[in-house]
Amino acid sequence: MIPTIPQTNVLKWSYRAYVTLFFIYLALPLTVVCVFAFNDSVFPSLPWEGFTMAWFFGTEAPFIGVFNERSIMRAIGTSAFVAMWVAGLAVFVGTCNAFLFVRHDFRGKGFLYILMLLPLIIPGVILGISILVFASSVANTLEDATDMWFDGLRPGLLLVILGQFSFITTFATLVISARLQKFDPSLEEAALNLGASKWGAVRQVTLPFLFPAIMGAGVVAVLMSFENFNTTLMLVGSESPLTITMFDKLKHGSTPVLNAVSLLLMIISAGLGLLALLFQRTKE
Amino acid sequence: MTDKSKLGFYLLLMPLMLWLITLIILPHIGLFMVSISEKIGVRQYETGLGNYAVFFNEPLYWRTFARTAFMSIFTTVLTLVLGFPVAYYIAKLTRGRTKTTLFLMCLIPFWVSELVRTFGWMILLRETGVLSNFLQYTGVIGGPVEFLYNDGAIMVGLVYTSILFMIVPLVTTLDSLDDSLIEAGYDLGGSDYSIMREIVIPHAMPGIVSGCIVVFMLSLGNYLTPILLGGKDSLWFTGLIYTQFITRFNWELGSAFGFLLLALSSSIVFIGLKLSRQSLTETMGR
Repeated sequence: MIPTIPQTNVLKWSYRAYVTLFFIYLALPLTVVCVFAFNDSVFPSLPWEGFTMAWFFGTEAPFIGVFNERSIMRAIGTSAFVAMWVAGLAVFVGTCNAFLFVRHDFRGKGFLYILMLLPLIIPGVILGISILVFASSVANTLEDATDMWFDGLRPGLLLVILGQFSFITTFATLVISARLQKFDPSLEEAALNLGASKWGAVRQVTLPFLFPAIMGAGVVAVLMSFENFNTTLMLVGSESPLTITMFDKLKHGSTPVLNAVSLLLMIISAGLGLLALLFQRTKE
Repeated sequence: MTDKSKLGFYLLLMPLMLWLITLIILPHIGLFMVSISEKIGVRQYETGLGNYAVFFNEPLYWRTFARTAFMSIFTTVLTLVLGFPVAYYIAKLTRGRTKTTLFLMCLIPFWVSELVRTFGWMILLRETGVLSNFLQYTGVIGGPVEFLYNDGAIMVGLVYTSILFMIVPLVTTLDSLDDSLIEAGYDLGGSDYSIMREIVIPHAMPGIVSGCIVVFMLSLGNYLTPILLGGKDSLWFTGLIYTQFITRFNWELGSAFGFLLLALSSSIVFIGLKLSRQSLTETMGR
């Protein structure tokens, strides 16, 4: 079935109808989440009680808006903190990996490459518990040996950052490697001929070429970190990132505040997504 | 290789090794070690397969395991069947700007947290939700109906969460199929069905395999969707792992569960790759 082969109208229109239905299915949950953020009712459900902005700016109970709900604002801060660290680390290690796998040939390269891909096929929950178990046993051993406390290795933000970093790095590596493969090494050689040092050539020629991919990988890493739930759930301590806070609230019954947060999240994600696309665009 | 570039090589190797060893390899060895240790007293353990024995002797545990596996397989098949026509439409029946727009629209759910997506389905499906109200309004049903908290709701949510990972690889592979091959098939007298079977599907196989692997893994390892959309009886294996680790504080049993889940997902990935004669590097490393 391709455009150059004639089809009966019935078939053509039923196919179109199916695809339309599919996109409605895709849009429906997101649409209702957004719409009910403006419903003047304490439950995110019908009937429609009228339009309100209270779930964003409200100050009086039960209409406490997102911007005045301290637990949510704090969670957003925590998430942003985690995301910055994860993105920074993942992009740094990802760039090193890209240079290693694209520029160097060494024994065991294929094996290491497969190891590098493994985090993609390990379920997030398993990554979480394995890091939890390992960090705790290290902490136990160290505490027995030194009589000091190693709270950083107990569930908490450090472990959340490490857990998210452990799989987001794979994505960063893939994105940056793809770009580095397109780089013409003769440009770097030219810089060397003109008297640049090896590191100077990389810094002034190769890294600027990689910049769009590095920024793109960073944005994707921030998004993935913000959205991550499974790995974070297993490693979280007393300070919880946004998804965990929202999950706890959702379990205890939802109010449209959650819709309002979701809407804000969507706007931020869309902005970051556009940013990533822009960086992709400058690639060409 | 000069000494200087050798130094550079090791400097590049270090972050990779540090990452893989401390965050991937050692933790998984540790997980396995904990899963084969049994508690016999306060901080006293002995090695044995007791935790795995508990799993096989307690019907609740292995039934949940099997249930999770089968529902994930079902999700994968459903996602493929629902997603293939859409991917084909985007890849073959649209051009230029429409194609880009439709493709980007498929990606939208990815930009939104899974929690938000699941929350959306809760608003739609619950007893006081949009669907129930809509059906009452149109007169299809007499009173409010609860669509949430059953296996159907879990399926809807799982398919929704993972369909993008099916469509993207499918569109990519179908896009690379030259239209003239399909035309040639029609010229040689092929029917719609035989062309699908002989030309399109074999060409799309790499996309089908990588899509299926990712969707299966995501469903198997999913926690949010089954917990929030499923009812009291709809247990999911990741839920059991969470209970053992966080609620019961029985890390030994939890680790055994984790390892079983890991074994299942890795073996399915392995079988999928073997059956389609592909390597992990080709399928994932794009």
